[in-house]
Amino acid sequence: MVLQAIAFYVFAFITMASGAMVVTSRNPIYSVLFLILAFFNAAALFLLLGAEFIAMILVIVYVGAVAVLFLFVVMMLDIKITALREGFLKYFPIGALIGAALLAEILFALGVFGSGSTTITALDRAGARVGTMENTRAIGQVLYTQYFYLFQAAGAVLLVAMIGAIVLTLRRRPGVRRQRIGEQLFRPKDQTITVVKVPTRGGVS
Amino acid sequence: MYADLIHFFTVNWLGQAIVILAECLLVTVPLLIAVAYMTYADRKIWASIQLRRGPNVVGPFGLLQPFADGLKLVLKETIVPSSANTVLFLIAPMITFMTALIAWAVIPFNDGWVIANINVGILYLFAISSLGVYGIIIAGWASNSKYAFLGALRSAAQMVSYEVSIGFVLVTVLLCVGSLNLTKIVLAQSGWFWDWFWLPLLPMFVIFFVSALAETNRTPFDLPMSEAELVQGFQTEYSSMPFALFFLGEYANMILLSAMGAVLFLGGWMSPIPYAPFTWIPGLVWFVLKIALLLFVFSWSKGTLPRYRYDQLMRLGWKVFLPVSLGWLVLTAAVLQFGGWLPGK
Repeated sequence: MVLQAIAFYVFAFITMASGAMVVTSRNPIYSVLFLILAFFNAAALFLLLGAEFIAMILVIVYVGAVAVLFLFVVMMLDIKITALREGFLKYFPIGALIGAALLAEILFALGVFGSGSTTITALDRAGARVGTMENTRAIGQVLYTQYFYLFQAAGAVLLVAMIGAIVLTLRRRPGVRRQRIGEQLFRPKDQTITVVKVPTRGGVS
Repeated sequence: MYADLIHFFTVNWLGQAIVILAECLLVTVPLLIAVAYMTYADRKIWASIQLRRGPNVVGPFGLLQPFADGLKLVLKETIVPSSANTVLFLIAPMITFMTALIAWAVIPFNDGWVIANINVGILYLFAISSLGVYGIIIAGWASNSKYAFLGALRSAAQMVSYEVSIGFVLVTVLLCVGSLNLTKIVLAQSGWFWDWFWLPLLPMFVIFFVSALAETNRTPFDLPMSEAELVQGFQTEYSSMPFALFFLGEYANMILLSAMGAVLFLGGWMSPIPYAPFTWIPGLVWFVLKIALLLFVFSWSKGTLPRYRYDQLMRLGWKVFLPVSLGWLVLTAAVLQFGGWLPGK
């Protein structure tokens, strides 16, 4: 129990510290690397809770894909951090407002303001449904039964976002020579290759 | 006395720590020796493809060549370019090497021979293999060199693209097993060698192997390091020990993906024929033989195939592998559901 508590405080401290470093570090590349560190420690916190599925998904999705793309983009852009700092005071109120709204939402969901929490009771119901199941199976059970329509709706939203992103960035340039692989593959064999039987250690003359 | 010892190693935390450390060494040391001899085997295989002799001077049949190479790399001077970011420059090869090693914690070598038999083993493997890209991309950026940077960008795009189809392959396999535990995945394939997943999931096995080539930056997908135009890409500025770590990491990753292939599709430690003379051979031997078979194909393709062009590489990943693996996943799910073969009911 003591060991778990120590682990929790270590991971939580590193998560908070690297979160702070993301915002304050001078080099945007360091910011992204600290963000990755924060993701890792959040995954470790999930592991301590016994939520191994969420922990692994966090690493796969955020560290393995999202942060790679962040790093990719940040490395390619020549960002001057001083230029970013200039607008700090201008954007600070909006940022603070968003932060406060998120905090309030979390507190509301936990039932700090009202008498009972809707989220917690929903979680209890879900917990009652799955019992002591292995947690990957449990998530599947809840996600595909109780929350099936919400899950599908989330998928549809993502699909729309993806199509939107493609439409926004797609541009057709005239005069670009493209490889037409289908045509290449449908050419008959005798037009494309000559088979030469090369004797071993003989070579081609 | 004997009972005391058992108590010490199973209950006492110090004893347990010693056991875990010993297990890690038991996996890591043979793995590093395997990596050394993999480089030797690689060179011998390319040599025979090109009708050469390959390394044959150091030791009998050149068998001590990998150690001579290793010693040479250790003794050389570590050069850090003056405009490089020193900390990240030195951390990058360590990340590559470390991610290649920690994944082995969940690989089952035989029934019960596994350091950590976790429930989400396959996800852990997938997570760790998706981290390998950081070593490369950080190396490319920290080197502060055009070649290295281009190599790193190519590598990032390539690994992210092929991971998607590897993910679908893994999902298909775990649909057939009904568990994410690697030991259970192997046990689900018991029987003759045609009961292993390579046959029912043949297209997925092919996609997995080709994606593994792309994940490890091997020919024909070695664009991140292509020596012709990028001068070894992200490794351009590296020398001595940091270079050796990249090299070891690359080979350890190849062996890891071969081990994954063996566990997922070739029945892990299972013997191909489930009868007497074959089942006497320990499972570890079968497992190593299966890994060696896949590694041979790695070397073989490097000796045979020309390098892909970058746009062809992306086309293959996104326009061929992704739809095919997604389609096969849906097909597998449908067959399992409507054929009544769904496991874990």
